[in-house]
Order: sequence, then structure tokens, then C-alpha cells
Amino acid sequence: MKKVFERPKSLKDMPFHYCPGCTHGIAHRLVAEVIDELQVFEKAIAVAPVGCSVFCYEYFDCDAYQASHGRAPAVATGIKRVLPDRVVFTYQGDGDLAAIGTGEIVHSAARGENFTVIFINNAIYAMTGGQMAPTTLLGQKTTTTPFGRDHKLNGSPVRMSEMLSVLDGTAYAARVSLHNPANVTRAKKAIKKAFEVQIAGLGFSIVEVLSSCPTNWGLPPLKALKWLEDNMLPYYPLGEFKKPAEVI
Amino acid sequence: MAKILMKGNEAIGEGAVRAGCRYFFGYPITPQSELPHYLAKRMPEVGGLYLQAESEVASINMVFGAAGTGARVMTSSSGPGISLMQEGISYLAGAELPCVIVNMIRGGPGLGNIAPAQSDYFQATKGGGHGDYRLIVLAPASVQEIIDLMQDAFDLSDKYRNPVMLMGDGVLGQMMEPVEIGDQKPFELPEKPWAVTGRLRGKEKRLINSLYIVPENCEVHNFKLEKKYTGIKEAEQRWEEYRTEGAEMVMVAFGTSARICKSVVDRCREEGLPVGLLRPITLWPFPEKGIVRLVDSVKSFLTVEMNMGQMVEDVRLSVNGKRPVHFYGRVGGMIPVARDVYTEVKKIFNGGVA
Ligand SMILES: Cc1ncc(C[n+]2csc(CCOP(=O)(O)OP(=O)(O)O)c2C)c(N)n1
Ligand code: SF4
Ligand SMILES: [Mg+2]
Repeated sequence: MKKVFERPKSLKDMPFHYCPGCTHGIAHRLVAEVIDELQVFEKAIAVAPVGCSVFCYEYFDCDAYQASHGRAPAVATGIKRVLPDRVVFTYQGDGDLAAIGTGEIVHSAARGENFTVIFINNAIYAMTGGQMAPTTLLGQKTTTTPFGRDHKLNGSPVRMSEMLSVLDGTAYAARVSLHNPANVTRAKKAIKKAFEVQIAGLGFSIVEVLSSCPTNWGLPPLKALKWLEDNMLPYYPLGEFKKPAEVI
Repeated sequence: MAKILMKGNEAIGEGAVRAGCRYFFGYPITPQSELPHYLAKRMPEVGGLYLQAESEVASINMVFGAAGTGARVMTSSSGPGISLMQEGISYLAGAELPCVIVNMIRGGPGLGNIAPAQSDYFQATKGGGHGDYRLIVLAPASVQEIIDLMQDAFDLSDKYRNPVMLMGDGVLGQMMEPVEIGDQKPFELPEKPWAVTGRLRGKEKRLINSLYIVPENCEVHNFKLEKKYTGIKEAEQRWEEYRTEGAEMVMVAFGTSARICKSVVDRCREEGLPVGLLRPITLWPFPEKGIVRLVDSVKSFLTVEMNMGQMVEDVRLSVNGKRPVHFYGRVGGMIPVARDVYTEVKKIFNGGVA
């Protein structure tokens, strides 16, 4: 019988540590499928963050780095400046990218660093126990906003893709979501475009992936996806905020 | 070969280029500015890269990225910037990545000032960042030595897969001295089978990492690092002895303060006072062997530093209570004056009376 679905080659055959229903695993698979389809496995170098996805350096079967919290874009800059023909990507959470690593992501984009960023926005610091992230929604309860995020105390959630899209160095910026199969398909298309932008040498590319964290949201997996759709989508519009004419 | 006049900061840059360094990432800070200025021009001439980062945090992580590919790479800063780099330095040590970090120390703490100091000795030699790790720390005392030690810095960092720090200050950075740079020797970078370059032609997977989630494994990693550090301590202690034969008192000083102490030694010797100097060239590993060699034949030591007494702790550890170890320091960007050091020496010879 012909196999119609199998594990992408760029993803290792091993148990992942993610909680049941966590969408980190889906995001991994999409990235790996894109690497396979673009046939860049031998050139790929992953930069893992500090966060729930820290072990993605193990899961992606390509060469990899583990970077300090928030600094993956600086590490990727160092790699790509030495090896410009390799395909380099960072995989970062919202605490990693939008809080502690704000400086690195903004300036990598501003310099037009030619690597790809996969940005997992789950509106929470998952690994450290569900604290407020810069992306946590107003009113959202977390372990450090027990009464819900209050605009007066904590300001409002940050829309990174929109922010980064206004920089000249950003060639591609898109926000996608993993809350249902149709959106997963769209997410993969965006990730593929981002990698194509890099391979064409057009500059900085980022795909923000709205993701669920059932564990720290305190919801069963399906309800978590519903919560994402009902609460995150209205605040974080999906779509492409910037794309080069070459890749339409 | 004819000698040429060169500034210390520029000599760091030229020394690095000659050692095969092709990547520099940095953020502006005084008193090391001539170095980035020099390399911004020089790197493109040799097909290298000078990239200005948005912060020292970014610089050191760019160094992390470049070093992991096997390239020879460096950064440079001063006190406050080096403080910002500490997390990255700890990651470099943990992942065993070779690179060279230059600290042209300035007065501290806090913003302090831009005047010469040696007050980052503890930070460089005792950790600075988190976890059990060591940097190899080199302290040149002349522009010629800067050029020579840059080569050694890169060689040592590759040999031991360990970050190396070169420490100077504004005096060394700004001074112009004639140097013999010789012809550019052809250099061959050592093989780095651990480097991450992609899995081209089916190479096995490589990983640059400092995470060992299982405590047993992290302990094994620490034991492995410690073994390396012990080897470095055994093999790489370096120092210069100046007029130590027959010395009753030996001054211990590095870098700029050692230059001042040399002139004090000369004056003392002219006056018949048997004084010598031990100048550590490696601050880590500290040249314990040099001290141990002298400890039985001298009556006392005097450590002279541009801080409130940092290296003196290592001198005392090496002397191990066998002899008195005195300390004289100026701090906050002030430089010891030879006359004052001389007075200090006399005082000790006269049993504490000036
Ligand atoms: C310098 C530093 N500060 C804090 C931490 C602790 N820490 C580890 S993961 C994390 C948050 C990660 O959240 P996010 O980036 O959103 O990733 P997620 O776990 O949600 O996927 C923090 C604060 C650290 N490892 N290093
Ligand atoms: S804590 Fe949240 S983000 Fe982390 S693995 Fe579990 S579900 Fe996924
Ligand atoms: Mg998160």
C-alpha cells in the first residue's frame, strides 16, 4: 500500500516531551515538511530558544544550536554571516522573542539578516509555569496576573509581526494559526514562503504562529483551540503583513 | 624587519587579523574605540567581517553563533559591556566554544569612568558569569606583547575549546610603541570536527549546546570541564621575572602596573635594595609556579594593582602563609606613581616605617 502520510525526514523519530494537545509539535512538523520539500535538509541549521521548545535542537534532525534566552537571532546572525549559503532558522516563544529578546529580533530584522524566524505565540510563558507574556491578552488570567491582565498595570499585548513588518530589512512577515486543519495548511504555506525568501536572499523573514498551551491555559486540548480562535484571533489578525514582490 | 609604530588598540586588531580572525562583532565603548575603528577598515581588506551589534549582549551571542561554525571570531569591550556579556560568556564556556574577548578595563564600579584600571580581575579570573567555568586570561604589558599574545589567544582558545580573554586598559590601548610585526605567516586553522556547518554530504548531526537537563549528565560535563581546566593550569602558566635573582622582596604586578613596578625595581637596585618583579602574563591560570619557585628565597612580596586588592588573593594563596604579602593599589582610574610605590617598598624594608 502506498503511504500517504509519514513523518518528515527532517524530524527525528523519537518521543517529544510536549504535553498532549500542545501545538508546538504541529509547528515542528510543518517546519520539517518545508525543509524536506525545499530539499535543504543538508544546509539547514536550527537555533533553539529557551522555553518549552528548547529541545527542538534534538527533534529537528539537522545541525543545531541551543541559544540563551531571547538571543537566538543574534546567534543566527553570527552563523549566517559566516555561512551565508546555509539555511538558518530560529524557533522562539513569545517570552523569548517579544520580551527578553526584543532587542535582538528588532535589530536582526532592521539589518535584514537573511534567516527565518518561527515565532510561537501562545500568549504565555509556558515553560516557567504560566506567567504573563508580553502577548498575554487583556483580562487573561495567568500565574502572575491572577485577576487578569490589567492594561493599567501591564500595558497591552504586543503585536510583533505588525511591528517588525514596518522595518525595511523585513522581507516577509506573516501571522498564521494552528487552531484547525485549514489554518494548519495556510500556516505551512507561510512557513514555506518564509524559507523561500531566505533561500532567494531577500532578507529577514518571520512567521508568527498562534499556538495553544492547554496546560498553562488550564483547558483540555480541544477547548484550548476554541479559546485560541475566540480570543486570540480577534486581537492578532492573521495574514501577511509584508511580502516581497518576488514570492507572491 | 623594520619596526613600525602602532597604538595598543590597533595592535589588538592587527594581531587578530594575523592570527586568522575574520569576524568581529562589537558595540562602541571607550577606551577600546581605536580597535573597532581599525577593524572596520581592516576586515574588509582581508575578506573578513566587522559588524556593529545593537548591544554587548547581542555581540557576545553573535560570537557564539560564529564560533560554533568553527570560524575564528572576537569581540571587544570595557567594564560595563563585559558585564553585559557574562551570560553569553558562561554559555560559550559551557558549550566549549573558542573565541577571544578583549576587555580594556576602565574605572568602576557602575559607570565609573574611562580611565585605566585593573578592577575587573575578579570578574575575569573567578567566573563573572554563572556556573563553574574558567576563562584563559592574558595580560600583555606592551604593544609588542599585544601582537604576540593575540596569536596565542586564538591558538589557546582553539586548542582547549575555551573562550580566552585579553585584558588591558586605556594606557596600553592608547600608547604608541615600535613593534616588529614580521611578515604575515600563512596560517592554517585547526580542524574542528565538532563545528556546526550543516549536514552536507550526509555528515552526522552536530550540536552546539550547554544544556544537560539530567543532573548526572551535567555533573559529568562539569567533571570534564574541570579536567580540562586542570590541564590548562598545569601547562599554560606564564610569567616574566625581572631582576628576581637574589631578591629579598618581589613585587607582583601585571599589565600597566607592572611597567611602573619595573622602573621601581631599577631604582631600588641602583640603591642596592634587592627587589625584583614577577609579572603574571596569564592571570588565569595564575602563575602559582612562579611564586612557589621564589617563595623560599625571598622575605616578602608586594602586590601592586590598579584596584583595591584582587590579584593579591591569588598571590597569598600561592605563598600559602610562608611569607608576608603586602598590597599597594590605586583605584578608580588612578595609576600608581613610581615614587609612591618606591616609598611603599622602602617602608616594608624598614619594617613598616616610612
Ligand atoms: C536569562 C534567563 N531568564 C529567565 C529564564 C527562565 N525562563 C525559561 S523559559 C522562560 C519563558 C519562556 O516562555 P516562551 O518564550 O513564551 O516559551 P514557551 O515556554 O511559552 O514556549 C523563562 C522566563 C532563563 N532561562 N534565562
Ligand atoms: S506547557 Fe504548554 S507550551 Fe509547554 S509543552 Fe505543555 S502545552 Fe506545550
Ligand atoms: Mg510562550
